[in-house]
Amino acid sequence: MPNGDSTRGGADVLLRMENVSKTFSKSVGLFNRQDGMVKAVDDVTFALYRGETLGLVGETGSGKSTLGRLALRLLAPDSGRIEIDGVDTTNLSRRRVRSLRRKAQMVFQDPYGSLDPRKKVFSIVAEPMIVHGLWDKDGKQRVAEIVSKVGLQPEHLDRYPHEFSGGQRQRIGIARAMALNPELLILDEPVSALDVSIQAQIINLLRELQQRETLTFLFIAHDLAVVRHVSDRVAVMYLGRIVEIGSRDDLFENPRHPYTVSLLSAVPVPDPELERKRTRILLHGEIGSATELPVGCRFHPRCYKARLMAVRTETVADKDGVSLPRVCVEDSPKLQGETEHQAACHFPETDSVYSEVAVKGE
Amino acid sequence: MLSEIVPSDYALEVRNLSTAFPHDTGKMAVVDDVSLTVRPGETLAVVGESGSGKTMTFLSVLGLVPAPGKIVNGEVLFAGKDLTTLSADQLREHRGAGIAMIFQDPLTALNPVFTIGAQIIEVIRAHRRVSAREARQQAIDLLERVQIPDPTRLIDNYPHQLSGGMRQRTLIAMAIAHNPKLLIADEPTTALDVTVQAQILELLAELRTEFDMGMVLITHDLGLVAKYADRMAVMYAGRVVEYCGINQGFAESRHPYTHSLLRGIPRLDTSPGEALKAIEGQPPNMATLPSGCAFRPRCFLGSERADCAEGRPDLQTTDDAGHFSACYHWRELSQGESD
Repeated sequence: MPNGDSTRGGADVLLRMENVSKTFSKSVGLFNRQDGMVKAVDDVTFALYRGETLGLVGETGSGKSTLGRLALRLLAPDSGRIEIDGVDTTNLSRRRVRSLRRKAQMVFQDPYGSLDPRKKVFSIVAEPMIVHGLWDKDGKQRVAEIVSKVGLQPEHLDRYPHEFSGGQRQRIGIARAMALNPELLILDEPVSALDVSIQAQIINLLRELQQRETLTFLFIAHDLAVVRHVSDRVAVMYLGRIVEIGSRDDLFENPRHPYTVSLLSAVPVPDPELERKRTRILLHGEIGSATELPVGCRFHPRCYKARLMAVRTETVADKDGVSLPRVCVEDSPKLQGETEHQAACHFPETDSVYSEVAVKGE
Repeated sequence: MLSEIVPSDYALEVRNLSTAFPHDTGKMAVVDDVSLTVRPGETLAVVGESGSGKTMTFLSVLGLVPAPGKIVNGEVLFAGKDLTTLSADQLREHRGAGIAMIFQDPLTALNPVFTIGAQIIEVIRAHRRVSAREARQQAIDLLERVQIPDPTRLIDNYPHQLSGGMRQRTLIAMAIAHNPKLLIADEPTTALDVTVQAQILELLAELRTEFDMGMVLITHDLGLVAKYADRMAVMYAGRVVEYCGINQGFAESRHPYTHSLLRGIPRLDTSPGEALKAIEGQPPNMATLPSGCAFRPRCFLGSERADCAEGRPDLQTTDDAGHFSACYHWRELSQGESD
């Protein structure tokens, strides 16, 4: 997690995605009629640097979990290139994919659903070592070390998952992911199923592990406060695309994309006085369906900025009775901006506009 | 504690309510001596983690405690009656009409095989004698009131055809069908995305004002409490441990649990990246509560004090401004740091 200056050379990229797309066919009705394609991830490009935490935020249906699964090759992309540590993983044989898993592991949201209920903690943590042929006379010792690293006691090794609370189960899930000594952890909503008092324990644990073991995290979550807390950089997804990416402070203090601005304004802060002074931008409608993507910018049906800009621009299109700038309705914007902080918007926000919704505490 | 106040000032008054389930070791109280009030037009947030008893308290209020659990003590005063003394039929009169409840997951609360219109009409006609035609018109009016676009068309949709936000609006429409005096919203936006959450809560706040309803917002999200509630009741292990106005609760919490919760969550308004002040240990197991104060094993004030181990502290007033705490040592809580 945040560790100040991360070096940014080509050699330091641990995970790179270039123009990656993934489409699912959607089956409907009793007889599984194929009906439309869901573009879960659409032409996504980004790099994850060694040792950093990249937070990936988005609402349900934004494609953030699919992106995580693509990164691990749990799913194969339809097109594009995915590299882990310089190795193109898109055309790997099954055996090579498996050796890739030693470098990259996943931690899931629901630690109960992802742990085999019939196995004791010891077997759960030891299994990846056995599967990968890494089990030897030191195996037992290594399992004990990993389990203590995640804050569990030696006597826990002999228990079943159901004997643990949610927070402890997530520790087991993390121990299992750590078993192969990976370099990259894909954390898919790792704390969202946990009670608030337990979330902090797990977040602190992840942070300690990262510092001690020089891990790289792709941290997928919908909770913006959690993402801000853990991330060095943040990417915001909307309907399959990254619509904004930048350093944590740039993105949270000077968001450029109207969607990011709306998301931030929608998160209430636990301070009644501050909260009652903030302006809230209420978006129109809900995230659309990835089967029927809007033409032009995907966010235009909900965008407050497009509605404001329609008053100021010459070329206006009428869409379902709402005036919007023609460019928003017709052209899909690309990520652009200074190299580090980029947004995919025809009319990105400037610093002054955001001050309306900003959370400026302390 | 609040018995001197005239009940009619309140939309709801709960007095010393306890609900218990049978257990190997006798009875296990999942709601333990809870007292609270809700005034018309105000929102009381009930904050707590899973198993804290927050949902069970209000299932008890509605007479919906799942068997074999039951209310073992206390009164629930609503519209001049003690609901705990009413028969099932009498209770049904109040539920839906006087008191309405909405739940976390709108999909499971709706019947998948009927249109939303049919379900709203059923609710309308359960407590009001109107023709089918009138009921349909009233249903359309309700959908309009909860800001569902194009209600004359959407009324004939099935739940699965609607988005999560629209389903929750449908449930809200059903909840307000009979102008309830009290609306209980149990984690109403936990299953929804953050931008939709804001829309739904703004709607609930508008309706509360419009109908002068008392509202109970059951949640674990302290940000929502800060934004939408007037007062808060923090629950831990079946009890209310802190009860106060929200400005008091956030600016100077007087229970170590509330205090720790506020400092243990990542928030947008504090500097990021520092280690969070986590609450140690695990959430309480109601079957094996420690002696004395239930929060004692996790308390940063120290778990070894004799008085804390001896008796379970009652909720008591700490000042003249209606700030209650169930901690013997609340005066030791400094408001800057928690250590």
